[in-house]
Amino acid sequence: MTKTDIINEHTKKVNLIFEDCNCWDIIDKVLSMPPDAVLSDINASGLKGRGGAGFPTGLKWKSAKEQPSNERFVICNADEGEPGTFKDRQILHERAHKVFTGMTLCAHTIGNVSKGYLYLRAEYNDLLERLQKDLDEFNEGLKARNFPFTINIISGSGAYVCGEETALLDSMEGKRGEPRNKPPFPTVSGFKGKPTVINNVETLVYCTMIMLIGPEEFLKLGTKDSRGAKVFCISGDADVKGIYELELGMKVDEFVELFGDGDTKAVQVGGSSGHCVPRKKFSETFLGFEGVPTGGSMMLFNSSRSMYHVLHNYLEFFQEESCGLCTPCRIGCQQLLRGIEAVKRGEKPSTYLDELIAMARTMRIASKCGLGQSVPNPFISIVENFREEIIY
Amino acid sequence: MEAMVKIKINNTPLRVAQGTTILDAAKELNIKIPTLCYHPDLCIAGSCRICVVEEKRARTLLASCCTPVAEGMEILTNTKKVRTARKHIIAMMLSEHAENCVHCFKNMNCELQSLSREYSVETQNLINICKPEELDISSPSIKKDFAKCIRCQRCVRTCADLQHVTALTAAHKGSEMKIATFLEKPLAEVVCTNCGQCVNRCPTGALTEQSYVEAVWNAINSPDKHVVVQTAPAVRVAIGEELGYDPGNRLTGKMVTALKRIGFNTVFDTDFTADLTIMEEGTELLTRLKKALKDKEPAPLPQYTSCSPGWIKYIEHEFPDQLEKVSTCKSPQQMFGALAKTYYAQKAEVDPKDIVVVSIMPCTAKKFEAGRPEMWSSGFRDVDYVLTTRELALMIEQTGIDFRNLEPSHFDSLMGMSTGAGVIFGATGGVMEAAIRTVYEIVTGREIPFKNLEVAPVRGMEGVKEASLKLEGCLPEWDFLEGVELRVAVAHGLVNARKVAKQVEAGNSPYHFIEIMACPGGCLGGGGQPIPTNCDIRLARAKAIYEEDESMELRKSHENPEVTMIYKDFLKEPLGHKSHKLLHTTYTKRKKY
Amino acid sequence: MPQIEELVRNIVSKTGADRENLLPILQEVTRHERYLSEEALTQIAKAMDISCAEVYGVASFYTFLDTVPRGQNIIRICKTISCYMAGKDKIVRAIEKKLRIKLGETTPDNRFTFLATNCIGWCHKGPAMLINDKVYTELTAEKAVAALEEYL
Repeated sequence: MTKTDIINEHTKKVNLIFEDCNCWDIIDKVLSMPPDAVLSDINASGLKGRGGAGFPTGLKWKSAKEQPSNERFVICNADEGEPGTFKDRQILHERAHKVFTGMTLCAHTIGNVSKGYLYLRAEYNDLLERLQKDLDEFNEGLKARNFPFTINIISGSGAYVCGEETALLDSMEGKRGEPRNKPPFPTVSGFKGKPTVINNVETLVYCTMIMLIGPEEFLKLGTKDSRGAKVFCISGDADVKGIYELELGMKVDEFVELFGDGDTKAVQVGGSSGHCVPRKKFSETFLGFEGVPTGGSMMLFNSSRSMYHVLHNYLEFFQEESCGLCTPCRIGCQQLLRGIEAVKRGEKPSTYLDELIAMARTMRIASKCGLGQSVPNPFISIVENFREEIIY
Repeated sequence: MEAMVKIKINNTPLRVAQGTTILDAAKELNIKIPTLCYHPDLCIAGSCRICVVEEKRARTLLASCCTPVAEGMEILTNTKKVRTARKHIIAMMLSEHAENCVHCFKNMNCELQSLSREYSVETQNLINICKPEELDISSPSIKKDFAKCIRCQRCVRTCADLQHVTALTAAHKGSEMKIATFLEKPLAEVVCTNCGQCVNRCPTGALTEQSYVEAVWNAINSPDKHVVVQTAPAVRVAIGEELGYDPGNRLTGKMVTALKRIGFNTVFDTDFTADLTIMEEGTELLTRLKKALKDKEPAPLPQYTSCSPGWIKYIEHEFPDQLEKVSTCKSPQQMFGALAKTYYAQKAEVDPKDIVVVSIMPCTAKKFEAGRPEMWSSGFRDVDYVLTTRELALMIEQTGIDFRNLEPSHFDSLMGMSTGAGVIFGATGGVMEAAIRTVYEIVTGREIPFKNLEVAPVRGMEGVKEASLKLEGCLPEWDFLEGVELRVAVAHGLVNARKVAKQVEAGNSPYHFIEIMACPGGCLGGGGQPIPTNCDIRLARAKAIYEEDESMELRKSHENPEVTMIYKDFLKEPLGHKSHKLLHTTYTKRKKY
Repeated sequence: MPQIEELVRNIVSKTGADRENLLPILQEVTRHERYLSEEALTQIAKAMDISCAEVYGVASFYTFLDTVPRGQNIIRICKTISCYMAGKDKIVRAIEKKLRIKLGETTPDNRFTFLATNCIGWCHKGPAMLINDKVYTELTAEKAVAALEEYL
């Protein structure tokens, strides 16, 4: 069996995201259900957010639903900017209807929602025309069903941090995309101060599919803490690159076996803000919320790669894409980058790396939002596992 | 009934109202948590992260300024984790900050410096990432030194929320994030009003006043110069804070002695020209009212006060179409300057070209005002140098004066006498109160019918205050005012000024006379006042100002004998020819966009 | 420049002047003008009744909203990890050679501005670049130069 065959075997097991289905059937079914019943299905599925943070989707919807308000909003976060992640783009390209459907289900469930927004990153502007056409048809369909909900597309303008949900809200309100203080969380006070559910593209499609196949079917997939499947984006030094939907619960070594080029020395799980898993830990590292969580990005590095350059590239990225608001993130990113450069050049002793790790730990617990809190993930995991490559 | 939550801070149980921040809850237990981006006058930013604390169940530390308490929270404010994080944060800030404290105007009065001492940040291992110096000295009032900025954005929030000017913004992102003006133009070329509220709130030396201390020393040390100093009313109740006193001390006499010791040839009081302002501006108001009510001609009403140069620049930018409504009176500072180089020069027989007029102001905008091209009516620049309260304190220190043990003395005569009405110019509502005391008496021949001459509705810290006063029993000359309800409003802080001006713009302002001060609290909360300034401190200074008023024998501007004398000997009459030339001015329409 | 004033007025009359429309307005002006000039920023601030500094603060936050002059076509080559690993430097050199400008510059005929950008979501098909909104993936030096030809 060739590698492709094996991969195909694997991917055959689950096909929820990219499978075509009649969304209107699902919508008609769900709109006839009491909202609480929909919520209980989503809850029962154990679905957690697929954007990376992994917050239980049902809880999010419940929280917005319980917040008294005569106006609520549903937002699809399509500001997929995490290096190594490119699944949402493909989903929107192939199955936008399923995304819109997920938003509609959410609107029905939480109630008092007349407007939904899809925040699309500027880098995906080439999708705009077609998406808008699809959306116009979709909105017409809702109108025909007398369901008072319309979806609009909001374009981003190039800022990674807007993927952070409260930064996204500020951006939608015409401001600098800077994260807000939490609490209040968006489900309590979100867009224009109203309760707002913000879900990732993939999450919304799973909601659609859960309502189609039922939560029981979804529960059969994955593990106790990581229910269902997940779309993985494979890039880097891989024999097979691209987008694959796989059941959750794999270990990194199985993964590398499938996709690697036979010389994989490290896998960056979860994009540049995720963790770097070195070869010696492949067999013990579980891909999921109980192990190394991932928004879907799997970046493989073989022995020809310098992990110094990898880390350097990540840190350059963060130094530019931090919003710059909070001290630990704005300055921390710059210090980590300058720090490894100084060690590399011999201007700082190798022990300086330990000081940087200590500082990174402060970034992890003192930064304002997920961006600054996760920069230490790649930094610490790469420096700890590839210290020599950083120094020499 | 407010919902209460039970929490523990450093193992001490506490019940506080829901919604209270951890920072405020800790204050109730007298536990100090360090802050930088937090300022009691401003909305919460939560960006500097120095106030982080540990909460037993939380995954991360919590920023105490922006995190509300929740039931069952167990907060620890001084653990190893917390201290380490704070040390790191301070070290990071220092790495981004110009390390030249000893050359900084804010040396020893810098919050970042204090924190680094408090947390014993003795060594700096981090790489210096301070951006090359980007010094903006275009404004005669404010100096902006980006190399000292810690991006706390107190200035941005001040400019936007308190002043509604928004000359400053955060620009760019990531490592390039900076505090900037529109397209990073020099401050002098944007809508900045020079109010200096940003300077007063900057925790470091990134925003400071343009200092003229050396220039003033040079004048004092020049034998051929005759240096005259004037001090604004709000300075005397605040200078003490810079010299180790608690807020709210009245130190007029000691301050006068100190000014003499410093070496000023003559020490005068801006309060004198404050009284004069009332004579001119009150008469101006009555003239406009007469035009409107008796002659039935269009008159520029409501009349706005013109004492606050921050407000003047604001209205020039924001509401240029309303400029005719602004009193044409110069501010007391500029009236003083014009008279010092004419009236005083004559009396003292000094050549006006040798006179240097220095003013001590609670204000940074006064520095700009003194340089306006209109302000040369004496034939010379009327006011040569303007120092803030802080700069005066510095000069007192430099002189080596034991301020506490100084004997009080009196201002020199001729332009040194004032009334309580002149003193209260330093507080929001003061100009209005002084004007009412005088105008009412001019019109009716009687004192205002309030106990202790207090016009209570215009006092206090409400953003917009209003009052009305029925004019009855008017003297024959003013019979057209009989039964007229004189309506006035007082606004302080430009965000409040805007509200009132918008009402005027919309054509539904019910007022005849409006006092506006650019700074919250009026001059006592000015941009040139001691740092910190906050709500409690403003209240303490206001109390001192009103006490000073009450302590004075004369409390109505028109009773000031030196004012009577100057009209008799020099000016002849309010709004007369000479007044017009020396005491009144014109304004310039400026662009907002 | 009254035509910018007119452009802004037209755009704002379509979107409305509420604060939440600031980004769509900035985007639309950028689409027409390629960048946000001082005049454009000023007119936008005026139309929305907010300060110029505030508009500048927002515009300068976003990578795709430029406040310095740009050419008619903007090339944004991805510089993030996968494209870097796939050899984006070679592509940069090829484009630099073809256009005879350096990364970050605009051609003298104002036809192209050449910029590097962060991840554009084609990590599996790097090196990748955008020319305006159009995506070019799995670039080689030849393919990149051929892509430029489309705009010459």
